[in-house]
Amino acid sequence: MYSDKVMEHFMNPRNVGEIEDASGIGTVGNAKCGDIMRIYLDIDKNTHIINDVKFKTFGCGAAIATSSMATELVKGKTIEEALKVTNSAVMEALDGLPPVKVHCSLLAEEAIHAALWDYAKKNNITIEGLKKPKSDITEEEAIIEE
Amino acid sequence: MIYLDNAATTRVKEEVMEAMMPYFCEKFYNPSSVYGPSRNITKEIQEARKKIANSIGADENEIYFTSGGSESDNWAIKGIALSQQNKGKHIITSKIEHHAVLETCKELEKQGYEITYINVNEEGIINLEELEQSIKEDTILVSIMTANNEIGVIEPIKEIGNICHKHNVLFHTDAVQAYGNIEINVEEMNIDLLSTSAHKIHGPKGIGFLYIKKGIKIDSLINGGNQEKGKRAGTTNSALIMGFAKAVELKIKNMKTNNEYILNLRNHLIKRITKEIPYVKINGSMEQRLPGNINISFRFIEGEGMLLKLDMAGICASSGSACTSGSLDPSHVLLAIGLPHEIAHGSLRISINEENTIEEIDYTVDELKKIINELRMLSPLYEDFIKKEGKINV
Repeated sequence: MYSDKVMEHFMNPRNVGEIEDASGIGTVGNAKCGDIMRIYLDIDKNTHIINDVKFKTFGCGAAIATSSMATELVKGKTIEEALKVTNSAVMEALDGLPPVKVHCSLLAEEAIHAALWDYAKKNNITIEGLKKPKSDITEEEAIIEE
Repeated sequence: MIYLDNAATTRVKEEVMEAMMPYFCEKFYNPSSVYGPSRNITKEIQEARKKIANSIGADENEIYFTSGGSESDNWAIKGIALSQQNKGKHIITSKIEHHAVLETCKELEKQGYEITYINVNEEGIINLEELEQSIKEDTILVSIMTANNEIGVIEPIKEIGNICHKHNVLFHTDAVQAYGNIEINVEEMNIDLLSTSAHKIHGPKGIGFLYIKKGIKIDSLINGGNQEKGKRAGTTNSALIMGFAKAVELKIKNMKTNNEYILNLRNHLIKRITKEIPYVKINGSMEQRLPGNINISFRFIEGEGMLLKLDMAGICASSGSACTSGSLDPSHVLLAIGLPHEIAHGSLRISINEENTIEEIDYTVDELKKIINELRMLSPLYEDFIKKEGKINV
């Protein structure tokens, strides 16, 4: 049901990990539905270029593959360019997703936006065209209680 | 390829295949016809039916062949709902039934029937007191599975049957997972109707039976010819019946030896996993359980990724995660035993049988260790958990 590209990214995800003192962190989704994505961005304050990006994802194969692809698509881009990485762009780059997995690509787009929002908030700036992310969740909420 | 999904379906045994083969090209005759070759087949089918009836302590006239487990469940519930509607329209079932039972009940709800869904405890065992208290004047049927397909928990069937009969209510049990794996005697266990399926015990897909105790009135689901004593129409499926009977024969004959062997494999697997992988939880009772079933939750990860990676390692298993069920909710069984959503998402069902080996089990655990670790390294939940633990430790 998954394309070869999806399987390839799932088996060998790019940019996995954390960034210490990241410029922006975004976490979206919830454990109840089975998908949580967290994106870390390292942004050059002067050039607005995303120097580095890392992710961690709790979720299915498609969730992991879309996170991996989304990080690849925004790495090295300016904030303005990164905002143009939509869920359809992520899907296209992965040679498509099964219909029931389209929400994973939306989550990936949302995670990038959430990390940019965090960056803007921390630096007291406004990024044109960036809306407040819908499903950002705090670290505390993401922790599974025993 | 290592096949650890025997609760989904099993491999048809060579002996079963051999038993079926003559009925395709040579003995193809319609058993209902009057000529000699047909009469001979009818006799052979009668023998097969007798063998199958013996396996549950029933009479051959109480065995009705169907297309499998789903049809048997549908027939038992809808058939009794129709035939007993003058007595009442209340049916009791449990929250952990197979979809063949749950969806049938939901369908009846739409048609004005009242359904009570009994709870199970955290072990997956039905609450007998709740069951008895739920029985009303207009209760016509109780349908509780013999053993659960996801967590393998065996329900107290004899006691359930006893309660039903005390209150003059019919008792149906979906024994699709249990049949052939544990001893079943319909008389001793107070069972009125019982569903089975051949492909779970090395038989062919597309056949099962419904046991209907003598004297019980039930409406037909499939009308037409006079097959199965006029209760279930459709040309008698000679080949599949012969295959089913052979599968039953082998399964019953070897049940004790096989179960000892399977239990040994299962215990080895559970021992290794719980010792070598942290933050795991075995789901369902360990005492009242089918020998071949293992259901484990691995915290901080989602089940589909685990299955995909197992597949890459050549291992077939199954999960209770939402992604494998096609909905956003994880398994209704795991939720019913009280697992939080996020832990239910990370569950794995391994179902083994006598064809598996200790080497396969060891390889599976070795691979699982790597896979769980890889997925946890990817998981923000694990990251948060470790950081939180770290803080506590400091």
